[in-house]
Amino acid sequence: MSPRWAPSRRVSGGGRLLARHPLARFLLRRTAVAVLLAFGVTLVTFVLTNVVPGDPAAANLGQRAIGDPAVVDQFRKQHGLDQPLPAQYVTYLGHLFQGDLGESQQTHQPVLTDLATAVPATLELAGAAIAVSLVIGVALGVVAALRRDRLTDQLLRVVSLLGVSVPTFWLALLAFYVFFYQLGVAPGSGRLAPGMAPPPYVTGLHTIDAALAGQWPVFWSAAGHLVLPALVLTAYTVGLLTRFTRSAVLDVLGQDYVRAARAKGLPGRTVLLQYVLRAALVPVVTIAGLAFGALLSGTVLVESIFAWPGLGAYAYRSATTLDLPAVMGVGLVVGIVYLTVNLAVDVLYGVIDPRVRVQ
Amino acid sequence: MKVFRFSLLERLPPAWRRPLAVIGGAVGALWLVIAVACPLIAPHDPLAQDLPRLAGPGTAYWFGTDELGRDVLSRVLYGARVSIPLALLLVAMSLLIGGVLGACAGFFGRWIDETVMRIADLVFAFPTVILAMVVAAALGASLENAVLAVLVVAWPSYARVTRGLVVGLRTREFVLSGRLLGFSAWHSLRVDILPNVLGPLLVLATLDIGTATLLLSGLSFLGLGAKPPTAEWGAMVAAGTQQFDMWWIGVFPGLAILTVVLAFNFLGDALRDALDPVTARTLGAEKERVG
Repeated sequence: MSPRWAPSRRVSGGGRLLARHPLARFLLRRTAVAVLLAFGVTLVTFVLTNVVPGDPAAANLGQRAIGDPAVVDQFRKQHGLDQPLPAQYVTYLGHLFQGDLGESQQTHQPVLTDLATAVPATLELAGAAIAVSLVIGVALGVVAALRRDRLTDQLLRVVSLLGVSVPTFWLALLAFYVFFYQLGVAPGSGRLAPGMAPPPYVTGLHTIDAALAGQWPVFWSAAGHLVLPALVLTAYTVGLLTRFTRSAVLDVLGQDYVRAARAKGLPGRTVLLQYVLRAALVPVVTIAGLAFGALLSGTVLVESIFAWPGLGAYAYRSATTLDLPAVMGVGLVVGIVYLTVNLAVDVLYGVIDPRVRVQ
Repeated sequence: MKVFRFSLLERLPPAWRRPLAVIGGAVGALWLVIAVACPLIAPHDPLAQDLPRLAGPGTAYWFGTDELGRDVLSRVLYGARVSIPLALLLVAMSLLIGGVLGACAGFFGRWIDETVMRIADLVFAFPTVILAMVVAAALGASLENAVLAVLVVAWPSYARVTRGLVVGLRTREFVLSGRLLGFSAWHSLRVDILPNVLGPLLVLATLDIGTATLLLSGLSFLGLGAKPPTAEWGAMVAAGTQQFDMWWIGVFPGLAILTVVLAFNFLGDALRDALDPVTARTLGAEKERVG
């Protein structure tokens, strides 16, 4: 068996070269898997919307019309429900590709329109939270690993276990009560102070849009409103990243090349920064992608409490009112965002660590 | 490297070397006792609406009363009867389903492996709460459907871990020699493979009790689980969000969730460390996913 990185003797053209290059092969394979999974995600939402909740005709027509077989037949024909399921799936996909995710029964707007305003709000929140979690989580994880089995490590273990154990929705309620209601140090709910006009739409992220427009009072208001919900969301991910960074750093600390670096007398700081951290960050990148999924889950439970008009609050409202098209829209969008993030992480992983590509 | 480090830790009896495991075990056991004995302990009927409404915590009602005049303490205690058995049942079922599917995938390989693992991949393509929420909403809001929804998102991690372990074991000499002696696949799985995968799976299951509790109470918080009169912790926190200034309505049930989840995570964490480092690492990677 020849190693996969061995240069081919029969390289005839650019395309062939591309397919032979280990990194290109790796990227192609990961992208193909992600695209297949994206179709899988649509299949899941299709099955859940069209097969599980009984008869769509009954759900949409109401009690009176159900009594009249002619009306039901008409409805079925009109919506393609008389077609076999695979044909219905193709129709469903066709609608999806045209951006038709159905209409929310609650807002009476196309789900896509609702999502277009909700997604940037959530990305702003989740982005802030993942940035803060990465900084704190990696720092705490490194400290825990360097102080292995000492008191600091034990304390950090308790802190990170607390972080992954605390119910996010409860922490949000507690934080809102203490910092807004009792202490009055946090601004109230929402993305901006009441009555403040949002900045001109560029990215949909209020902080960036306000900064671009030079509206500093709006910027500070947006940033201030971001702090508390973002911090609540970080509890889980900081716990996750601390534990994972700790074990990643411990793995690397045991490697021969680290021992060699120590043995030849390099200062501890050089060993840590240039030998240990660089290698340990590779697996941490993967976990950051998974942590992002945890954050998206967290937003569903947190946003409703802070009245943050994002995906989570939208999901909460549609789930509590059993607004199925809206719930499926959220599932679809979040599934695809999550897949994209993990594809990006995979690619980054392959770029950073050459060993991954040849596996 | 200090060679002669005096270790106080090693002089302690084994249990005390892992104080977190001891605390976790004690708190977990306490909650189990509460779940069994709550009719004896609870000062009031958890469903009776006969007390003064929205009374603050005090000597009369330790945890206060809620918006319908029910005793919060009694409701929190009775809540253990909903969340803990359901979490245990959920974990047992995902262990069984995920374990059997994963073992078949790992042992027989080929199309069984492909089918099971691709379905697992599909579940992993969603963040857990989102998929559980979508499934629970599609099935209709009820506690049974919430359990089913959590089951849908929970089994694949068991399938992955089991498959990984079984693939490693399948070609070991003691398994192969058994097959050569004429063991059937089923016999080989039961006699040679099962004892070797049970340990890591039980650790994963212990850690998963906390996750299952969080997911279930989260779904109830969203209104997709327990129906209103039921004393369920997540639903009680949701009621607390309606009365921001009456902090006790939401805070105490949340504390109950936190202590239960923390107890099982303390236990699971200690068990994971006790396993050999290699399996501990693969298990760790599997657990970190759950969000």
